[in-house]
Amino acid sequence: MALSASALRDRAPRTAGTPLRPSGNLRRRMALSRALEAVATAAALFAVALLIDVAVTVITNGAPAISFAFLTQSANGLSGGGIANALLGTVVMVVFGAAIAIPVGILVGLFLTEVAGPRSRLAHLLEVVLDMLQGVPTVVVGIVVFGLIVVPQQKETGFAGAIALSIIMLPLIARASQQVLAVVPPSFRQAADALGVERWRTVIGVILPAAAGGILTGAILAVARAAGETAPLLLVDSLYHPNAIQLQPFGNGVPSVPMFIYTTYDLPSVSGITLAWGAALVLLTGILVANVGARLMLSRTRRRMGL
Amino acid sequence: MSAHGGELAGERAPEVAARLRLHGQPVAGAGDRRLDAEPARETVFEIRDVAVHYGSSQALGWTTLDIHRHEVTAVIGPSGCGKSTFLRSLNRMNDTIPNFRLEGEVLYRGHDLYAPATNRVEVRRRIGMVFQKPNPFPKSIYDNVAWAPRNLGMRAGLDERVERALRHAALWDEVKDRLKQSALGLSGGQQQRLCIARAIAIEPDVLLLDEPASALDPIATASIEELMHTLKHRYTLVIVTHNMQQAARVADRTAFFALDLSGSQRVGTLIEYAPTRTLFTNPSDPRTRDYITGQFG
Repeated sequence: MALSASALRDRAPRTAGTPLRPSGNLRRRMALSRALEAVATAAALFAVALLIDVAVTVITNGAPAISFAFLTQSANGLSGGGIANALLGTVVMVVFGAAIAIPVGILVGLFLTEVAGPRSRLAHLLEVVLDMLQGVPTVVVGIVVFGLIVVPQQKETGFAGAIALSIIMLPLIARASQQVLAVVPPSFRQAADALGVERWRTVIGVILPAAAGGILTGAILAVARAAGETAPLLLVDSLYHPNAIQLQPFGNGVPSVPMFIYTTYDLPSVSGITLAWGAALVLLTGILVANVGARLMLSRTRRRMGL
Repeated sequence: MSAHGGELAGERAPEVAARLRLHGQPVAGAGDRRLDAEPARETVFEIRDVAVHYGSSQALGWTTLDIHRHEVTAVIGPSGCGKSTFLRSLNRMNDTIPNFRLEGEVLYRGHDLYAPATNRVEVRRRIGMVFQKPNPFPKSIYDNVAWAPRNLGMRAGLDERVERALRHAALWDEVKDRLKQSALGLSGGQQQRLCIARAIAIEPDVLLLDEPASALDPIATASIEELMHTLKHRYTLVIVTHNMQQAARVADRTAFFALDLSGSQRVGTLIEYAPTRTLFTNPSDPRTRDYITGQFG
């Protein structure tokens, strides 16, 4: 030991009598800490302010367009009409895309957490690919789908749009599933293993139910994201009858809310701009509701897992 | 080989074990010994020269002992002496640990647990396990107990099976009116008894308990210990415990493990294995005596 007992005794009383206020270097560190806290708080407030600004602008501009007719009538070019056909088209494409992306995404998540070992090279590669796919500009996804589906068929279809949306949703769902599955307590797997039940039954009976809420949250967030995508639809599903309900994705273009906003805003009329704002408000509301619902569901799952 | 060869090997390892290796075929002898032995001494596990390595480090050194049917066998010893490694080797729960390697033989009723043809899922169906921390599934009390039987094709009479398991785990009276409620709402001691009920619902042959009471308060601990006295009439129990008094209270036989120097490595080693009364009152190894009298550990 470097310090003898007597040396320690000599040192101890030096600060013993002074008041318990920060002194020396501690005072400087506390000032820096407060400054950084202020900057971080300001940044957070700025982000919230931006969101509020977007919401307020969309609400003030879009609210005049909202009416029962707006939500229940199909578009009618310059003479107004509503977004019913666009909403239904978006629902058809998103449901179709989600029907592909959700099962595949969950399976990819299960592969990463339950099948591949922690040091699996394939799993690591897959993670990199998923992250890259998530970063691919959606217009590129649109071009790829255009080449793969639209060109051979010689027409733009809702099906092509749904495929493009599923490609955008897949990495989001896969990564979200992976993250949720990874926090399912290992003690559940251990308990199931010790009962002599095969792993796949454990996955279906214990692990997936425990993670279901979180996976659903990820899926909803992905769906909300896909519902607002415009760029790929511009390429693969922009030729459709704008004033008709079109629910059959094979062989036809299907209208969508983002495309409605895009085309209506370009119409040479003031009412077109209002309609576009109205549609934007509907889209934003839908996405907001989905997000809030998803977060509520996630907190419920975490409680269930005892986290 | 004598009828008590296995027992001796356990008590006087490793010299006797080495002799057994030289003279006999432990595998072939297993059947004979069972025929000769009186029913109370029926052997469930014959552990023969088992060593466990994790990568380059050895966790458990050359262990030989027999575990008897309808007895409680306690495994005691200081931290890091390989108690849990030993217990988990008995139902292959170590298999998923990277670089786990087991040498020697673990015979369960004459069958090699680590033979290539042995299916580890089947092993665990017959040799259940209860863990240190209660780990009920996030399901209802009923579904916790019913889950494994359902998945193992024991669907007939499921309600009766669940009730029986809960009764045997001394939990039925406390939960019979709220079987549909979440198991996570139970107290720690109740959760651990639920885990025992879940394990015995599939009618295993052996129950391994890895410090089942160490996360519980004294009252819950007492109820688990009492439970072990009744469960041993139906199952064979092996319990790892930190608590020597617990071993003395519940176990028929006790194995004492400690860290021993092997080359330059400190390796978990079986020091002494004897009837509990003998081990605690008249230990034959000075290290056992030091441990049970609180000299170390």
